Amino acid sequence: MKAIATSRMSAGEIASRVWEVLTRNLDPFLFTCALALTGVGLVTLFSAADQNIARVTSQAGSLCLAIVAMWLVSNVPPQALARAAAPLYVAAILLLVGVALFGVVVNGSRRWLNLGVARIQPSELMKIALPMMLAWYFQKFEGRIRWHDFVIATILIVIPVYLIKRQPDLGTALLIAASGFYVLFLAGLSWKVIGGLCAAAAAAGPFIWTSLLHDYQRERVLTFIDPGRDPLGAGYHSSQASIAIGSGGVIGKGWLNGTQTHLDFLPERHTDFIFAVFGEEFGLIGNALLLLLYVLLIGRAMVITANASTLFARLLSGAVTLLLFTKAFVNMGMVSGVLPVVGVPLPFVSYGGTTLVSMFIGLGVLMSVQANRKLVRT
Amino acid sequence: MRRLFASRRRDAGTHFSGPEMRNAEREVFHFRRRLVIAATLALFAFAGLFARFVYLQVVQHEHYRTLAESNRVAIIPIAPNRGVITDRNGIVLAQSYSAYTLELTPSKIADLEATIDELATIVDIQPRDRRRFRKLLDESKNFESMPLRTRLTDEEVARFAVARYRFPGVEIKARLFRQYPYGEIASHVIGYIGRINDRDLQRIADWDETANYKGSDYIGKVGVELSYERELHGTTGVEEVEVDAGGRAVRTLSRTPPVSGDNLRLSLDIKLQEVAEAAFGDRRGALVAIDPTTGDILAFVSRPGYDPNLFVEGIDSANWDALNNSPDKPLLNRPLRGAYPPGSTIKPFLALGALASGRRTPRQAISDPGYFQLPGSSYRFRDDKPGGHGSVDMYRSIVVSCDTYYYVLASETDIDDTARFLGELGFGRKTDVDIEGELTGTLPSRAWKRARFAGEKYREEHRKWYLGDSISAGIGQGYNSFTPMQLAHAMATIANDGVAFRPHLVKEIVDVATGEARRVAPTPTGRLDVKPEHIAFIKNAFVGVNKEGTSARAFADAKFTSGGKTGTAQVFSLKGEKYLAHKVDERLRDHAWFIAYAPADKPSIALAVLVENGGFGAQAAAPIARKVLEYHLLGRTAPGPAATMPGAAHDADDDESD
Repeated sequence: MKAIATSRMSAGEIASRVWEVLTRNLDPFLFTCALALTGVGLVTLFSAADQNIARVTSQAGSLCLAIVAMWLVSNVPPQALARAAAPLYVAAILLLVGVALFGVVVNGSRRWLNLGVARIQPSELMKIALPMMLAWYFQKFEGRIRWHDFVIATILIVIPVYLIKRQPDLGTALLIAASGFYVLFLAGLSWKVIGGLCAAAAAAGPFIWTSLLHDYQRERVLTFIDPGRDPLGAGYHSSQASIAIGSGGVIGKGWLNGTQTHLDFLPERHTDFIFAVFGEEFGLIGNALLLLLYVLLIGRAMVITANASTLFARLLSGAVTLLLFTKAFVNMGMVSGVLPVVGVPLPFVSYGGTTLVSMFIGLGVLMSVQANRKLVRT
Repeated sequence: MRRLFASRRRDAGTHFSGPEMRNAEREVFHFRRRLVIAATLALFAFAGLFARFVYLQVVQHEHYRTLAESNRVAIIPIAPNRGVITDRNGIVLAQSYSAYTLELTPSKIADLEATIDELATIVDIQPRDRRRFRKLLDESKNFESMPLRTRLTDEEVARFAVARYRFPGVEIKARLFRQYPYGEIASHVIGYIGRINDRDLQRIADWDETANYKGSDYIGKVGVELSYERELHGTTGVEEVEVDAGGRAVRTLSRTPPVSGDNLRLSLDIKLQEVAEAAFGDRRGALVAIDPTTGDILAFVSRPGYDPNLFVEGIDSANWDALNNSPDKPLLNRPLRGAYPPGSTIKPFLALGALASGRRTPRQAISDPGYFQLPGSSYRFRDDKPGGHGSVDMYRSIVVSCDTYYYVLASETDIDDTARFLGELGFGRKTDVDIEGELTGTLPSRAWKRARFAGEKYREEHRKWYLGDSISAGIGQGYNSFTPMQLAHAMATIANDGVAFRPHLVKEIVDVATGEARRVAPTPTGRLDVKPEHIAFIKNAFVGVNKEGTSARAFADAKFTSGGKTGTAQVFSLKGEKYLAHKVDERLRDHAWFIAYAPADKPSIALAVLVENGGFGAQAAAPIARKVLEYHLLGRTAPGPAATMPGAAHDADDDESD
């Protein structure tokens, strides 16, 4: 490669070479869908922020960073990721323990670790570290996976989930548990076990309700079942979001014209509830288009996953894909009132640099998998 | 290398179908199957979401649209301007003006005391303001805002505006205030407004006006403010504003302006009223002056009065106690609610009754020995003049106020006949004056006594009517008691030759928007069934009283002709009241009455004056009447009393007789 890149190359050749390097691993379909979603996010954000351009530019800055991160990750081959899996997982576990011991309390939850230079939220890291670890583990025993491997995998899941749950951060804990479960599922976890797990969950329901959930979590669930029981308190967010979406109607109230949004009735309207802003201003048509974008994005990710060359790549990209779906579903379900209120942002759309970067890193993983799929055939 | 190996293994698998290779194939197959299952579930989940969106945005759209609208739109009532009250000449007696108030919404404030303490560093808050606020707090619901300070200065408004962010739940509002420029003068006529309480709310509900009072804080409580509340109030306007989640108005969507309440033009002449009130000096009492040709009330005095301005914002307890516990009873509306024995003022009316029934002719005379005895009784009903007035005919009986004449008349007249005739003159009945609270007084009759002494507490002999009762009633004592309003009304009826008009305080109701005035038409309420010559005779006797009778001295040198009658009401109801010794004497003194009209030939004013514990009517009450008549007829341009008038000098005949 070095030999080819000589000084005698013309500027045009250099440019096309650079372009090739930049786009080599890029999946245009995936990237276009993600950019479209982020664009929807920026447009909605401008309205949600009461036309304050500062928030939009800040989010756009995050987008640039996220694209760079995506590009970097897309150029890391899956094998390299596999090699990094175990150390990353161990590091993430150590950081979570560190949070439990020395964490900073914000809003009553101990989720942050102050590293002097920056505060980090190790649970974010765990979102990618756990599926990587599990995928690596299953690949390690590829072809001879036995039931006890699933037991070990379950333990690998339970440790971070427990640590995050007691921060407390139920939403993230559930997401991480879900990502772990997706790996188990895709790795071929027996249907009997899945059925058994479901039965056990149902049986343990009352116990979870009384012993494992905090008061505020119970309150959220109760409020979800009947938002009217406390319309000005816990049910307020949910009610106002439903009013916003419902009042949008088929064609919406028009961009920048959402009354729920602009008169402050919508809580968290830049972040977790941005979908309510979108639904109010763009109506059912907008919602349908947004769903379509997600279907296209997730469908493409499924195709990439299906064609992945190694078990590690399959499991990892499968988990990333399903987690992306889960976040989108849980967020829109929560905002439209069919799921309890949990703090899950809408992928690519909600305001927030960290989430945006991590979503694009996920895309980077998928692109890397896609780029490396053909190695088997060469 | 590993990839190559894996690839070769795969290729090999297709050809040789070895167990390992089949494993790898099957693994991919299984993986893809699971992936398809997951994808299907995800699609179903999204389809579920889409169904939810359809439900929210199509099926329930109207419902949520309504909710969003009611979130967004607040209906704010705009209180109308309350009508202005003026006297008959347009002089303002009650008006509204706008001023800033500092208002607190208790439900939005965590620590009220601390907030008030902190506010006190910005605006002047007196202990009085705090007490009043406490009282308001006890009386009202927590979710409405209540004024802590009223009438803020511009500087205070500016200072608060700067610090506003520190005080959630505290705001400055422009409110309409009521002001009564004349203070105590005519306070019992005008009355006052006060904050709407539960009883008022009930009243509003009975009118079916609840919506119209949405923006109103005040309502008429007493006087014309009360009785013309519905005219004065006006129609509340509505402003639709867009509000944000914090309840702050963002912009106005629509506005229906309020319609101001009607202005009232009273029949009262405030200058005359001032003269009348001044004439009372420190004395307690009442005066009602009526235009006999229309029923217009020209002056309506109840002394002492009170300052209605004290009541508007809720009176503080010190002022309230002072007014409520004063032995002078400043809150008592004496013309309407003070019932006093009429004393000798009743005599001309009784004489008219005797003429009408034919029991007496003007010429018929009695010989007055100075007392009257019922047949078979040794008890002497005494005349005021020891030794008597000698031969007394009807004219002289009125002019000198001869008791014996009326003792005899009463002894020959059935009390029920007397009651019937006096009733026609309005005694013992409400005059239906247009402010509330009027008493009927007591017009004694057999039926009345029976009803009055009904029940187990009394025996039959208490209920029976005795001739002796008639004798006392015959000179306006005994069970009789009438309000100054009734006496003025009766006097006006006589002055107007027997045609009675309903007395009224409001002359015109003026629509502010159109300027259209609805006149309160003079309403004749009846004509006395008496021959004109009988009324003429009695009127002549009234004139005689002022010319040569009991009040001649008080009307000496008057530059107008007038008729009048003095009266003295014995005070007999003071038993059990505890006053200081030196006060007891004063309060046991008789009440002084004077009724009058003028000018004699074509009366334009008729009045009744009562001076509580004033002693003789001629001394205490007649001079007040004269001042009022003088002002009314001659105005401020009238020359002083020193100026003489030909033929005005007369000898006062016997004016110590009542």
